[in-house]
Amino acid sequence: MSAARPRLVVIGNGMAGMRTVEELLQLAPGLYDITVFGAEPYGNYNRILLSMLLSGEKNTDEIMLNTPEWYADNGITLHAGDPVIAIDRRHRRVRSRKGVEVTYDRLLVATGSRPFMLPLPGGELPGVIGFRGIDDVEQMLQATSTYKHAAVIGGGLLGIEAANGLLRRGMQVTLLHRLDVLMEQQLNADASRLLSHNLQARGLKVLLNAQTTELYGNGRVEGIALADGSRIDADLVVMAVGVRPDIGLAKSCGLHCDRGIVVDDTLQTYDPHIYAVGECVQHRRLTFGLVAPVWEQARVCASHLARLGHRRYRFTRTATKLKVTGIDLYSAGDFIGGDGTEDLVLRDPRRGIYKRLVLKDNQIIGAVLYGDVKDGGWYFELIQNGTDITPIRNRLLFGKHYCQPAEVAA
Amino acid sequence: MTVATTCPYCGVGCGVLARANADGSVHVEGDPQHQANHGRLCVKGSALGETVDLHGRLLHPMLRSPDGTLQSAGWDEALDRVAAGFQRVIERHGPDAVAFYVSGQLLTEDYYVVNKLAKGYLGTANIDTNSRLCMSSAVAGHKRAFGEDVVPGCYEDLELAELIVLVGSNTAWCHPIVYQRIAKAKEGSRPPRLVVIDPRHTATCESADLHLPVKPGTDVWLFNGLMAFLFQHGAMDARFVEAHTAGFAQALAAAQADAGDPAEVARICGVQLADLLNFYRWFARCERTVTLFSQGVNQSSSGTDKVNSIINCHLLTGRIGKPGMGPFSLTGQPNAMGGREVGGLANMLAAHLELENPAHRQLVQSFWQSPRMAERQGLKAVDLFEAVAAGRIKALWIMATNPVVSLPDADRVKQALARCEWVVSSDIVAQTDTNAFAHVLLPALGWGEKNGTVTNSERRISRQRAFLPAPGEARADWRIVCDVAQRLGFAQGFQFEDVHEVFAEHARLTACCNHESHPDTRRLLNLEALAKLDRHAYDRLQPVQWPVAIDAKGEARLFADGRFSHADGRARFIATAARLPLNAADREYPLVLNTGRVRDQWHTMTRTGKAPRLSGHSPEPFVDMHPHDALRCGVREGELARVQSRWGAMVARVKHGGGVLAGNVFVPIHWNDQFASDARVGGVVNPVVDPVSGEPEFKHTPVRVEPFPVRWYGFALSRRLLGPDGLSYWTSIQGDRFRRYEIAHRERPSECGTWASAWLGVTDPDADWLEYEDRSTGVYRAAHLIDDRIESCLFLSSRPDLPARHWLASLFMQERLQDTDRMALLLGEPASPGAATGPMVCSCFGVGRNTICDAIRQHGLETPAQVTSCLRAGGNCGSCVPELRQLIAEVRAEANA
Repeated sequence: MSAARPRLVVIGNGMAGMRTVEELLQLAPGLYDITVFGAEPYGNYNRILLSMLLSGEKNTDEIMLNTPEWYADNGITLHAGDPVIAIDRRHRRVRSRKGVEVTYDRLLVATGSRPFMLPLPGGELPGVIGFRGIDDVEQMLQATSTYKHAAVIGGGLLGIEAANGLLRRGMQVTLLHRLDVLMEQQLNADASRLLSHNLQARGLKVLLNAQTTELYGNGRVEGIALADGSRIDADLVVMAVGVRPDIGLAKSCGLHCDRGIVVDDTLQTYDPHIYAVGECVQHRRLTFGLVAPVWEQARVCASHLARLGHRRYRFTRTATKLKVTGIDLYSAGDFIGGDGTEDLVLRDPRRGIYKRLVLKDNQIIGAVLYGDVKDGGWYFELIQNGTDITPIRNRLLFGKHYCQPAEVAA
Repeated sequence: MTVATTCPYCGVGCGVLARANADGSVHVEGDPQHQANHGRLCVKGSALGETVDLHGRLLHPMLRSPDGTLQSAGWDEALDRVAAGFQRVIERHGPDAVAFYVSGQLLTEDYYVVNKLAKGYLGTANIDTNSRLCMSSAVAGHKRAFGEDVVPGCYEDLELAELIVLVGSNTAWCHPIVYQRIAKAKEGSRPPRLVVIDPRHTATCESADLHLPVKPGTDVWLFNGLMAFLFQHGAMDARFVEAHTAGFAQALAAAQADAGDPAEVARICGVQLADLLNFYRWFARCERTVTLFSQGVNQSSSGTDKVNSIINCHLLTGRIGKPGMGPFSLTGQPNAMGGREVGGLANMLAAHLELENPAHRQLVQSFWQSPRMAERQGLKAVDLFEAVAAGRIKALWIMATNPVVSLPDADRVKQALARCEWVVSSDIVAQTDTNAFAHVLLPALGWGEKNGTVTNSERRISRQRAFLPAPGEARADWRIVCDVAQRLGFAQGFQFEDVHEVFAEHARLTACCNHESHPDTRRLLNLEALAKLDRHAYDRLQPVQWPVAIDAKGEARLFADGRFSHADGRARFIATAARLPLNAADREYPLVLNTGRVRDQWHTMTRTGKAPRLSGHSPEPFVDMHPHDALRCGVREGELARVQSRWGAMVARVKHGGGVLAGNVFVPIHWNDQFASDARVGGVVNPVVDPVSGEPEFKHTPVRVEPFPVRWYGFALSRRLLGPDGLSYWTSIQGDRFRRYEIAHRERPSECGTWASAWLGVTDPDADWLEYEDRSTGVYRAAHLIDDRIESCLFLSSRPDLPARHWLASLFMQERLQDTDRMALLLGEPASPGAATGPMVCSCFGVGRNTICDAIRQHGLETPAQVTSCLRAGGNCGSCVPELRQLIAEVRAEANA
């Protein structure tokens, strides 16, 4: 290792940080001496698959992305289970909890996000957890062997996945959602209803418009009290009501933050030596929770770290798939629509199929697919390319297969 | 048991072998022994088995209650009521206040009995028939020229001719087996030339050597011109004219006055002079020339003159009665000829005897031993209904026909029936536009159930034989008439044991005083050899062409000896001064409406409308027009238009491609209130008639075409019958295991889903209901399945751009939908494009347009025969062979493009 090489320090051994490192190694192998600090005591794993880990459809090895050997092979110094606790911007130096100090020429902050825990009475009771890391999954799995009743607060993507996982582990699970539409960030009411039916058919108890007022229990959570006065038994409560960018460290070193670490189109923070990617950043007022924009950020950021800085990060619409086996759900773009938008809707409730495309100016701007998602990727492509769909409008919702030029001509 | 019978559709009169199977189905095939068709059947005939089910049949006598509903009644009560109604009117207003309106669908025996009752017993000649609408100009022309209503030639002449001229006949569609005989002759070693004279470029023109698209109504100029040309070019058979005709000089003078200059004729007729001269030269040159004519000639205010202008040319050249030549009237109905033989028209008596000849009346009355005898002509169809409207006729008995649909100015007919004191209808179906006005409905036997004889276009008498039991309480028409006659106190003239006795009496009357010794009552129609047929012999009667002399052999051709039926034995030339149709197009009504049949339907669809395979070819009422006219009228192909005349209006879908000349439109005659919202073209047609024959001018009514604005179009396929009433436009089409509805409406439902489920009758909220909606383009589609079997589906759009129906229709054959089909259901197209066969071309084998075009492309097919060997299409009835030829041409043009 040449002492002359610039040093890159990465704070956060998660998907965003490591993807950026991977991209960087592709573009400029050996440009930097790289040191990675991670709070969790593992290599780098695919956080998206945690719900599969919980449901038992995957094991820990299967969700690993990069093993410790990979870091060694690529000359990366990994400090796993040792989070950075301080950044000294003046000396361009970071310090870990264990006291490791490393100076940097470039610093990449990829601290991710933290689950938002509702500030409820009883929220501090043992048995009340978030759903963020492998350790959360381990806690849940422990509970499944001891306890019977679980509750998940939050009917978003993550909450549903958690509820489904616990259900598959044999618990009696209640899913509480404060609105009447599940996954309201991705679904409209029609698709939500199908989803809700499907989940209930699996044995999940779904409570919509459920306002939690209190968690109660003696030494460990035992139940949830709702605003309507009803109570629900729960020996395990998973909070899945959203995440907040993890910006404590960034703030403490005086880096400009709003809701997240504010970055420009090159993912650079207000400190030109410091870049940030992933769920901890705020780019043009947006923060991020899905993987696709994070991949794009990694690509852009890596190009700048590699001194090939010609890329700009531009937010594009994102697509979501729910990772609940047997429920096919795909959502992308603006699926609610509004003034000047048009809808294509297909319903086949007996087969549990609902498809909706939102059009504006003869382009697709959003899609919700439920039950039949095989064309999701194609629609997403059409959204991103801004394709004029006029010639295939009448066939569009029936899928790519029916819109092949040859068949249109025939 | 297989029974040899005769097809009940057109006047070709094909022999049919029919068998009722144990499972209730009926198998039919062409009778190889029958001289009319030698084993072939057209698509309508081939589908006869699909039309004999009892759905919709009238099975019991019905009486209308004071509240307007129909109640089932016993025969005795119904017959008593019918007789009492007629009795009452006759007592108060005399016999001419009653009338009968009968049909070329009746058997000769039925016709004979009702004619006998009217003229000989009630004493009125107010008995007319729907043959008035198709044949009477030919009858009048024959009588004027020959002295008797006689078709001189026979079908075999088509195979012997050098030149075949088709005038005003879409033979390929309306007389398919005759057309196939012509087509076959054209493929033989000495193919005849074929000239088609028709304002439309019809399917018949596909194999023509020359098509003359004459302006509607100009036929007399054309044939006067031909006569003048023939005379001028020495084609006259002077010896024949001299020896066997009269009136030549006047006729020639009239012809030369009108049409002495071919260039002028070409201008008037709107055809190329070169084409006209080609036709004239061919006619002059070809000794063996047959001129076939049909409704394009007959249905005209100068129909009789048109017939005579044609006959004049054959008389001039002496081409009549000899093999391979002659004028040849193609009859529209299965037994218009039989009706003419028994005199079942208002201006005839019976057995080719004259109503206004006292000696003839005397002969018939004494033969019948009847109490009285009508002494003057009765009212012909149009006048008859006018008299009903005016209240002069107060009791009317309609048999086997649907005048509210088929007569001109048909809304007036509705009004007439609505105010008529006593309307009786004998029919095989319960609900028709006409039966809606009847006070009594009498259930008659239909084809396959009834027994008797019919006569075809070549004078061939064939048996219709029963092979099905009488359904419900239905009775033979002749027996119903006899039952009423007896209640009217005429027991003695109507005591027939069975139908063969009726026939024998008719045959005896044809032979009565029909000898050289009675020149005054001598006529060619003579069935003497059949006059003594007993039941057994009648049942075994083989098809035979009258006259049937003592040796029972029949005569293929008449007049070969130059002896005609006029008293002096000479044929008459008739001076035919050409004149235009009575009502000309004007600024307000700038287009000329022509009407006619389509290939796969018959009359008012009461039978063919039941056969799924007959519904595919032309599923909807349409108005076919030239694209330029459509542009001018502001209507577009595939959209709806209102066709409006001074007499009425109708709504149909705009179509191009039927070969219609600019300035003309064509509308089929079949659709009526049972099958569509507003498609009775009869309501539009002018009530103008030929002064001699009384035949209406169906082929020429000034109309205007205007958009019929609707907010959405749609169609539904449903296993259950749906109620389309209240929709601005609908057509109901019988499919295999479903009914199809083409619909359109002026207002869009606010919630399509709600409307659709209500209309399709889906009330269960958990029903298997699929839907697709593109609200801003007005597209809505839904389907209802039960146990994975399709029950109904509905497609709506604000534009008429709906998916093809054929593939969706095929899903109704499946007991369970495949998953791939279910996915594609609301797209309306199969997942694999090859499965979409396209619109039906060959109804017999169910081969669609796409399949045929693909095969032509793939295998480089060049002739219809190759298509047939590849796909079977065209191999049965051959009705679609002209379309195959056209598709081959289209594919080739597309390949060259």
